[in-house]
Amino acid sequence: MSKNKHVEALNTSRRTFLKTAGVTTAAAMTGASLGQYVQAQSAEPIRIGFQQHSSGIGAAYGRWYGRTTEAAVAAINNMGGINGRMVELVAEDDGTDPKRGAEVVEKFAKQRNCDVAFGTLFSHVVIGSAPRAGELKLPYFVVSEGHHVASGMLNRYTLQPGITDVKSQVQAMAPFVAGNLGKKVTMIYPDFAFGHDHRDYFSAAIEAQGGQVLEKIAIPPAETSFTRYFPKIPRDTEVVYHVMVGPAVLTFVKEMGEFFGGRGPQLFGFIDSLEAVDMQSPGLEFLEGSYFWEGNPRNAQSDQTEFDKAFRTAVGVDENGASISDSRDVSTYSHMFGCWETLFVIKQGMEACDYKGPQDRAKLVEAVEAMRNFDESAQFPQGSKLFNGKTHQVFGHQYISRVESGKLNRVHTTSIEDGLYEDEVDYTTQSL
Amino acid sequence: MSMDRSVLFNIGLLLALLLVVLALPEYHQGNFARIMVLACFACAYNISFGYTGLLSLGHAMFFSAGLYGVGLTVQLLEFPSEIGFLFGIVCGLVLAVAVGLLALRTTGVSFMIVTLMFSQAFFLTVLLFGEFTRGDEGFVISQDKRTFLGIDLSSDDTRLIVSWVLISLCVLGCQVVVRSRLGKVLVAIRENEERTQMLGFNVFRAKLSALAISGAMAALAGGAYSLLFGYVGATFASVQYSIFPLLWVLLGGTGTLIGPLIGTALMFYLIDISSEFTTAYMLVAGIVLVLLTLYVPEGIVGTIRRRLAPWIQ
Amino acid sequence: MELGPHILLALLESAVSTAVLALTAIGLALVFGIMRVVNVAHGEFFMLGAVLAWWITDQLTAFSPAVGFAVALVLSPLLVGAIAYASDRIVINRVDYDPERTIVATVGLLYIFQQISLMTFGPDARPVEPPFNTRLAIPWLEITEQGWAVYWPWGLSITSYKLAVIAISIVLLIGVWLVLSKTRYGLIMRATQQDKDIAQAFGIRIERVYGLVFAAGGALAAMGAVLIVPIQQAHYLMGGDPLLLSFIVVILGGLGSLSGTLVAAAIIGLSNGMIAVFFSPTLAKILATLLVALVLIWRPAGLFTRSSR
Repeated sequence: MSKNKHVEALNTSRRTFLKTAGVTTAAAMTGASLGQYVQAQSAEPIRIGFQQHSSGIGAAYGRWYGRTTEAAVAAINNMGGINGRMVELVAEDDGTDPKRGAEVVEKFAKQRNCDVAFGTLFSHVVIGSAPRAGELKLPYFVVSEGHHVASGMLNRYTLQPGITDVKSQVQAMAPFVAGNLGKKVTMIYPDFAFGHDHRDYFSAAIEAQGGQVLEKIAIPPAETSFTRYFPKIPRDTEVVYHVMVGPAVLTFVKEMGEFFGGRGPQLFGFIDSLEAVDMQSPGLEFLEGSYFWEGNPRNAQSDQTEFDKAFRTAVGVDENGASISDSRDVSTYSHMFGCWETLFVIKQGMEACDYKGPQDRAKLVEAVEAMRNFDESAQFPQGSKLFNGKTHQVFGHQYISRVESGKLNRVHTTSIEDGLYEDEVDYTTQSL
Repeated sequence: MSMDRSVLFNIGLLLALLLVVLALPEYHQGNFARIMVLACFACAYNISFGYTGLLSLGHAMFFSAGLYGVGLTVQLLEFPSEIGFLFGIVCGLVLAVAVGLLALRTTGVSFMIVTLMFSQAFFLTVLLFGEFTRGDEGFVISQDKRTFLGIDLSSDDTRLIVSWVLISLCVLGCQVVVRSRLGKVLVAIRENEERTQMLGFNVFRAKLSALAISGAMAALAGGAYSLLFGYVGATFASVQYSIFPLLWVLLGGTGTLIGPLIGTALMFYLIDISSEFTTAYMLVAGIVLVLLTLYVPEGIVGTIRRRLAPWIQ
Repeated sequence: MELGPHILLALLESAVSTAVLALTAIGLALVFGIMRVVNVAHGEFFMLGAVLAWWITDQLTAFSPAVGFAVALVLSPLLVGAIAYASDRIVINRVDYDPERTIVATVGLLYIFQQISLMTFGPDARPVEPPFNTRLAIPWLEITEQGWAVYWPWGLSITSYKLAVIAISIVLLIGVWLVLSKTRYGLIMRATQQDKDIAQAFGIRIERVYGLVFAAGGALAAMGAVLIVPIQQAHYLMGGDPLLLSFIVVILGGLGSLSGTLVAAAIIGLSNGMIAVFFSPTLAKILATLLVALVLIWRPAGLFTRSSR
């Protein structure tokens, strides 16, 4: 610790020197002097930098992350804001690009006076941006469901308190799949990191249940036609486990249906394969009777909680998970609740540490790390959660739904314990 | 290299750049640290494209050869960053020579497509070895490994100085190349390849040298980027990152030494500023590109050279 | 699945993508062959064709899917052709068809089209209902103890619409060939391709020809796209792959050789599908990519031209 402080002191003096040298020379050259930044007043709003995927491959998600985030900010402001201050959203497009993502984080911290950065979904953007957030000591709340936070790859300033990670999700599925659908599984997944996480964690989890993965079929990135991969599915497969992302997901599911012609093995998929896709789209009829993991049930269930009802109303989503203004504009319901819940975690954290401004960023991180339980409520409509302050990752319930008459009906809810695993990192040992 | 007007001009410009960036607000210093490293990539591209006339769409693979050459050795194999950095440059050099030996048998659009295909193969290879590279997600180089000769590369000040040193080395290095015998042959090839061949020059060897220098310099930029900013990912090997240096160079002025830096900075701020008031910043970028080709076809520095200062190299 | 049925299935699937690739690549080949410019925005014409097809069918949901699709098949290429014509008049013509400047200008157009499409049609993948879509199971022969026997392998099937895509593409390609070889327009285009100056001396208005060729190139890409949207979906980033594959096909086929382009489309389309049968998919893509690069190095002017340089 003391060594760190020493280095910091050296850096500060060098920074001052460089700055003075620069300013003096520039002033000498131009005869002008530079204005100072005005220190933020406490009456000013709390500014949340929202790293949004408005263009690029993540745009379909980014739009709904945007709507949910705006709704949550409005709700927080209606409740009187945070510590008596209004919340202001500073949204900027990162083009779903890791390089631009890091630049946007820098901009939030240094130019747009944001208190925290928030809202990133795609893993590569998170991993590209997190080092810079750590260097800037800017709390960076991601909503990405990647395992990168809990794996220990990132840093003390990067947290994921609003959505569970893929390792936990996948692991929690294995008991249901082995117990209800079959033990001989063939996996189809995209051939990049996200798919590899599914492959590795599910293979281990299903074997622990006495099951077996017969074949692992990796689909190359940017593939647009899939039928030619399906013959690799072994005949004795009992369950096809599928997960796909990107614009071609609908083609993937459709062609799988045409391949089996309704007479194939049980299908178990991650809803990622159909996020933002209308279940009534032509060609999806064959999904009838198949099973999906859902982060949050898209169709309002018969035992819908008042919290889910209020959440839908606030975001503008109907009981089928589509936009109120356009029934074919389907939301990313299994992911976007994470934005809502994360913002309320930020609110709780700021209130717990009596956050005043950027000088309290470290206190905010510590306050969030100290959290443990989130109870199902209007702030946490997806369900209760357990936060692990050491790994900066939240754990929660997962849902399994069955497609019945084109609707996703929940048939199973996992316990939080189903998704727990041993800590792989303790971020609290890193310096703030 | 004789100290004539052009050399002094570049040295003066680089010193002025240093003074200006030191005086900038913190946020813009951060931006310029990125711009100057990316401009090294643009300089690299300028050697093969601007001075030799080789239109490659595969430079992303040279940049990422440096990125991964450094990232994998430093993060996974725990090489000291100095060794890793050299290794990264060598990766770019070797890859450029290998690609050059094959691809330089073609010209024009065929060369463009062949380099694009090699670069795609490189990109897919990164994904294929996802166990180590973490594919598209990429990986972080941990902060404690990001030191160079005892300097902490994750601190804002050193990053700014280091990136300035790098761009200075690249610009002046390019000037050395351009003024050498090789550089004159390269320009001759760009202007008229057949005639250069008939005059008895080994055109193939000259082009291969240009590509090798270009590849090594691109890898230097990539390696520096990974150490300075701590992230290594497959996005940098995608087609987009082969198109970027082409745009930067064209914007700044092909075949000018300082053009690539100007082009990179302009493009960076074009996106940075327009993204504040519109999510359609790619539309703005597209329109600007079209307008530039229509009205400023020689790029910024190229136009200045033609109108005002014909001695700029 | 057994190897035989697997290969048959891969062949059928590849035939569909080959058909669409051929249409798209012919469009690029016309532009590249006659105007001698590289149109980087060609993939975006494909994308616009698909997105417009979705939009048109979406306006016509009151009618049967077949009506919507038929209208889209005519209207979408016309609209894209008009956009391409305008692009030529406003931009490409004014950079004097200079090769390098055209590349940059069309990169600019690429960004513009993509972003406009994102802003108007949104980021979602949009499905188009096929006019008809029956799953057709395909029989296979195997030797049993009783001799040859017919059976229906698991999963071996195709849809009626996919077969129709192959048929429609062939008809359209024949149409293109007839226009180019038998009509006055075709003659003018070929004359322009062979010698621009002489053609001009004979009173051909070169700029007009170029504008029409550029429009035709865009329209052909759009046709391929309309055919594919009932199978895949319209999405604003879908132009990348068609562009890359078309370029490979055009160069492999040889500059300005239409029959060469067709053969090259078949080679690329089929090899893309077949290699995935035998290798792990990503490795297959790497091998296919390197193979194409090596072929281009070995025959830089294409597979089907006499002199290699």
